[in-house]
Amino acid sequence: MPNPKRRHSHQRKNTRRAHDALHAGSLSECPNCHERKLPHRVCPHCGYYREREVIDVPQR
Amino acid sequence: MRHRNSGYKLGRNTSHRRALLRNLVTSLVLEERIETTVPKAKAMRPWAERMISLGKRGDVHARRQAAAWLLSPAAVGKLFDNLSARFGDRAGGYTRIVKTGFRAGDNAELALIEYLGSEAVQQQKKERRAERAEKRATAARKAAEEEAKAAGAPPPEEKEPEKE
Repeated sequence: MPNPKRRHSHQRKNTRRAHDALHAGSLSECPNCHERKLPHRVCPHCGYYREREVIDVPQR
Repeated sequence: MRHRNSGYKLGRNTSHRRALLRNLVTSLVLEERIETTVPKAKAMRPWAERMISLGKRGDVHARRQAAAWLLSPAAVGKLFDNLSARFGDRAGGYTRIVKTGFRAGDNAELALIEYLGSEAVQQQKKERRAERAEKRATAARKAAEEEAKAAGAPPPEEKEPEKE
């Protein structure tokens, strides 16, 4: 079976991983309750989408 | 190349998929709004709209064609007698799909699919649900009181059921 010939340095490893960072998803602001919500989806905080479309959100 | 590959398989064989879609469309006709996964909503949409087109035609052949897809005679009756009349002046686009978030458990993306103009029906359903919940709460309270009385008549302490 093929095996690595040389060990990789820390720098080589870290350089490879330089582009692996995770980014936060982009969120939009709900026009009704101004909470941050996923775009193109019903707002989970107030149940609004496009100024109506009320889905019942249990009051806490 | 994905030439000439359209539609949704939904991880099912043909008969399973057909049964699923018939179930979904029948439920949608009866309930006017259902929540399901986004791919299922998109897969059933053509059938949901086709049913309205048949309902608008209104003749006996159309009725039989609808009955060949819908699973209950009640759904066919509703489709032809009230539902389709709403869409007289609309040429297609009878449904709306709204994404609602992700299901706890398998993180599937959920959506509502509904026939346009079903707001009154949804409002009625909401009121009925509230009424039933109210009735259940009163019954539970009464049962708790009777139980307390039966258990040697100590003064009922938990008069108020916990409300959030």
